This record gives sequence, structure tokens and C-alpha cells, in this order.
Amino acid sequence: MAGGKERVLKRRIKSVESTKKITRAMELIAASRIVKAQQRVAAARPYSERITEVIHNLAAAGAGSSSPLLNPRDEVRTAGFVVVTADRGLAGGYNSSVIRTAERALQNEVAAGRDYSLVLLGKKAQSYFRFRGYRVDAAFSGFSEQPSYEDARVVAAEVMRRYEEGLVDRVDLVYTRFFSVGTQRVESRQFVPLDVAAVTDAPAEGPKADYEFEPSPDGILEQLLPRYVEARLFAAMLDAAASEHAARQRAMKSATDNAQELIKALTRVMNRARQESITTEIMEIVGGAEALAAAATATATE
Amino acid sequence: MALQVELVSPERILYTGQAEMVICRTVGGGDIAFLTGHAPFIGALEIHEVRIKLVDGGEEKVAVHGGFVEVSHDVVTILSDVAELAGQIDVERARRAKETAEHDLRETHDADTEAALRRATLRLDLAS
Repeated sequence: MAGGKERVLKRRIKSVESTKKITRAMELIAASRIVKAQQRVAAARPYSERITEVIHNLAAAGAGSSSPLLNPRDEVRTAGFVVVTADRGLAGGYNSSVIRTAERALQNEVAAGRDYSLVLLGKKAQSYFRFRGYRVDAAFSGFSEQPSYEDARVVAAEVMRRYEEGLVDRVDLVYTRFFSVGTQRVESRQFVPLDVAAVTDAPAEGPKADYEFEPSPDGILEQLLPRYVEARLFAAMLDAAASEHAARQRAMKSATDNAQELIKALTRVMNRARQESITTEIMEIVGGAEALAAAATATATE
Repeated sequence: MALQVELVSPERILYTGQAEMVICRTVGGGDIAFLTGHAPFIGALEIHEVRIKLVDGGEEKVAVHGGFVEVSHDVVTILSDVAELAGQIDVERARRAKETAEHDLRETHDADTEAALRRATLRLDLAS
């Protein structure tokens, strides 16, 4: 029947259109959240800068040689990973690239004869590693889009506890670093023990002031290092959140563009189908009229 | 010349301003006050109020729940993962937290609950 194909196409276009509306909305939401997430990254920077500065000053005063958080273990039997992913998908390759990097690093450790320990942030990492039968030691979720410092503190406390109890001998942090709206890159960094060189070998800006300490330099450092670990994790989580929004915005933008293309192509097919059915109809009418006319002349001549 | 005061939390800078004097309590060392020209100093802070005497004679009180203070070149930097200006304290919440902590302390005595009680008490002291 004429028009059948056309009706099917019309329905398809409608459904693509409503999908497009959704992806467009998600794109706009993600775009506005990138800005907010970037502001949070910037707002958190002073704290970590100051805390690093204080650690430099303490180190210059000779503190910290004995802290376990600063001293790498001689033998690494268990390598830990903190993997920062999102709770939700629809963010292009954001989750899978973090997970892939972490899994590869983990396989390398296993190949080198070491045990592994996984601390996962975000539902996506959890479902991936659980599904694949990896042993997950701790998992946190529910805050990937807007991590608070409290969230970072809970995770950092768990990581430091495992490290201090000797359950892990080194922990790497795998997350997505936010460079700009256009560039984010997965990074894997040593998290615990702290990288001594990066912490203590400060770019010495002139002669250091002679500080007074209360209580002792070591006493302060002992309290300060956990805060530093927390601050670093928090910074990574904020970066990851900004990256997540940026990745989602990009993914949703290309989804919207694709939907637009699809609508264009389908509309073209639909128009052709309609034209065809009209043409057929005219042909039928013309054909019918001719047949009638022929029949009329035939009867007239008789 | 006045002191430059910065109160920095992990999430943002809570307060910056000029001050005449800053008084805080360090771990094991008791109260210490900073005026301009103070020798460079780094200290760990107790759960206690920090008083910032402003240049115009006013005073800003801050509930600092542990943290660090660094002083150098007339700049006082207070780093704290939990700190609130007196005007921003949620009294109702602090009261509830205090009740919970007191209730818990009757059954168990651990450092965390004790610290929670001290924080709640400090908040209430400052807010009133």
C-alpha cells in the first residue's frame, strides 16, 4: 500500500529526534559542569601548594627521614592501585581508558610475580573488575561527579591503613588528568609512599628561613603527611571529575551531531518514498483514465 | 604594616585579610600570638578557636579543627581540613553532634568520639 514505507520512516525520524533532544540536553549540562569542576580544581590548588611548601620547609629542617609514608619498602610484594573512574557511562572512552591503563599495569605486576590490591572509585571500575573476576579490596562510589574533601579523606584513610598494615607495599594512583576542555590524559602516578624526591628536593628559592617548630619538625610532619596524601588524592579526584564532564560533553556532542545527520538522511529517504508513491498514484490515475477513454471510444465506434 | 592572614581549606580559601594579631593554640605548646615581625614559625594546631584581631579593631573567630599554621615574612597561613568562621557555624547541627558524641562517650571511650565532642563544643562556644 502506498504510504506504508513513508509512515515507518516518519516514526523513525521522530524517535531519533527525541534521542537527539536528550543527548543535546546532556551535552549542555556537561558543558556547564566542566566550568564548575574547573573552578573547584582551581580553588583546591592553594591548599596543596601551601602544604607542599610547609613540607619543603620541614624537610629543610631535617624532618621526616623515619616516616613510613616517605620511605619506599625494600621489597614490593603487593602492588596497590587506586583507580578513579565515573559512576555513569555515556562519556565516550573516559572510563575504559582509565580501566585499560590500570589493568595493563596490574597485569605487569602479576607477570613480575607480585600480588595486586585494588581500591576502586566509581561504579564503572567496580563492575568491570568484579565482572572479570579480579579481587577488589575496597570500592567507593556515589561522588565521582562532585567529590568532596570528605570523600577523599575516607579513601585516603583506607589506602594508608592498608599500607601501614603492610597489606600493600606501594600504591599507584590511576586517574584522568585534566589539561583543558580539549585535552585530558590518563596518568598513573606513585601515590604511597610519597615520592621523596618530589616532596623534599624543592626548588630552593633563595636561602631558607630558619623556622621555629612546635611541637618538633618530626611531630608536625607526622601529622602533615596524611593531610598531604589526602590533598593529593582530592586533587586527582577533582581532575577526574572535570575530565569526566569534558569527556561526556564531547561524547554527547558527537551523538547529537550523528542524530542530526541521521535525521537528514532519513528525511531524504522519506521524501523520495513519498514522491515515488505520488508518482505511482498519478500513473495509476492516468493509466485508469486512458483505459476508460479507450473503452469509451471503443463503444462509440460500435 | 599589618599581618597578611590566609585561612585555607582543601576545597577553597576561606578567608584572607589584614590583621593586627593572630592567636592560636598549638599542639603541646599552648596559645601563641603572632604580631608583625614574628620569627618564621610552623606549628600543628589543636582543635581550638583561632582569633584574628583585625586592623580596624574588630575580631574574627574561627573554629579550627586541627591543622597547621605557617608564619613567615608577616604572612600567616592557616591550613585546616575543617575550619569554620564563627558566623558560618550551623548551631543546630553542632548541638545535635554534641548530643550524639556525649551519648556515645557514655558507652565507649575512643579518640574519634572525643574529638567529635571537642569539635562540637568548640563550634557551640564560638557561635554563641
